[in-house]
Amino acid sequence: MSNRRTIDARGSFCPGPLMELIAAMKMAEVGEEIEILSTDKGSASEIPEWIHKVKHEHVGTEEKEGVWHVLVKKTH
Amino acid sequence: MRILIVGGGMGGTILANNLARRLRNEVRSGKARITLLSASERHMYQPGLLYLAIGRMTPDELYRDQASLLEQGIEFHVDPVEEFRLDNNEVKTKSGKVYGYDVIAIATGSRPTPEEIPGLAESAELFYTEESAVKMFNRLRRFEGGKVLVAVGVPHKCPMAPLEITFMLYDYFKQRGILDKVKLHYTYPVGRVHSLENVAKWAAPEMDRLGISYETLFNLKEVDSAKKIAKSEEGSETDFDLLISIPAHRGMEVIEKNNLGQRGWIPTHRNHLNMEGRENVFVLGDTTNLPISKAGSTAHFEAEALGENIAAMVKLGSPVREYDGKVFCFIEAGLDRATYAMFDYNNPPQPKPPTKAVHWFKLAYNKLYWASARGLL
Repeated sequence: MSNRRTIDARGSFCPGPLMELIAAMKMAEVGEEIEILSTDKGSASEIPEWIHKVKHEHVGTEEKEGVWHVLVKKTH
Repeated sequence: MRILIVGGGMGGTILANNLARRLRNEVRSGKARITLLSASERHMYQPGLLYLAIGRMTPDELYRDQASLLEQGIEFHVDPVEEFRLDNNEVKTKSGKVYGYDVIAIATGSRPTPEEIPGLAESAELFYTEESAVKMFNRLRRFEGGKVLVAVGVPHKCPMAPLEITFMLYDYFKQRGILDKVKLHYTYPVGRVHSLENVAKWAAPEMDRLGISYETLFNLKEVDSAKKIAKSEEGSETDFDLLISIPAHRGMEVIEKNNLGQRGWIPTHRNHLNMEGRENVFVLGDTTNLPISKAGSTAHFEAEALGENIAAMVKLGSPVREYDGKVFCFIEAGLDRATYAMFDYNNPPQPKPPTKAVHWFKLAYNKLYWASARGLL
């Protein structure tokens, strides 16, 4: 199984990128990385905020042509 | 062309009817064949469950015979699929029959899974099945006051349901004359009171005005049913006297058993609606893994796009349009006011202030739904 999955949440107003990530976390295995693609710049702050709160790992965030790529890791 | 539709909910029913009208001549001549397989002989109006839970609808109002909703020319069988043999372009059903196809559309829907959170199923009231909605109605009737906690799982069907049930409960308790004995506490998984920013901007001040407290970034982890305490993934706790759950959902078991998608969600192309890697397998409604609302209107708009495309495949040899992510949701803001949100992949919603007129239109839609399922609205 690949140790990284990508969630394409571009244009997702509802449920939105963070909600997509919360759902994806249920499917991921410990140690797996999840890359969220979002066109909402708010994702760059709200996803790391939640990740820190639930004690997973925020690996990094970068913007490429209006799309935010937020990479996180499931740690427990 | 043999077109097989699996699932008799809103998406499957609208798609079947849409195709039957577009392909009337082709079905008559034998050039096209439309078959619909469903697990039930009845069709449920699922949004009605919210009204059932607060005594504004009765169970019989939720159902019609599925066959009565279908256009002529659709072969309808109550025979749920058990095996998807996509490599062979066929499915095997519960009765043991094998149905071959040239094109298949999978619209099997989703199911609430409160049992996945320890303590939730035995502690909470919910309204996602007829049985649970009736149970909730009876519990509400007996409720004499205390702290009412609304807790929301991810993903869930009907993204407006958490707000709607909260505002409707406020009016319900007010009408019963016990509002002064009730404390409503709303929780939500992300950092605002609704995933739609513009809806949250309206709803949060509304909650402030009504005295409804709220906590965001609250994802239910477990419920201590003895002590009546809900604990979140984020480390917080809140007590309750009555727990109302919008539970997390999964796709249907048959999807998981056939390895079509993790937790029952089939990987689907966001514009073409085909299953990833399969050109003749389409997916619609809750069954997709698309990052859009699991709602009847999503299934409706996807079915219209697919109907046009599959009919074009019969007539022209290829699809003609793309699905743009369109969703429309009514938002009940209590028992006598409502608004709505309409959006797609590129355009966020701009909800208007709630009005009585929109509420009355929603009540009318509760009846008009049957025309919608027939593909007439």
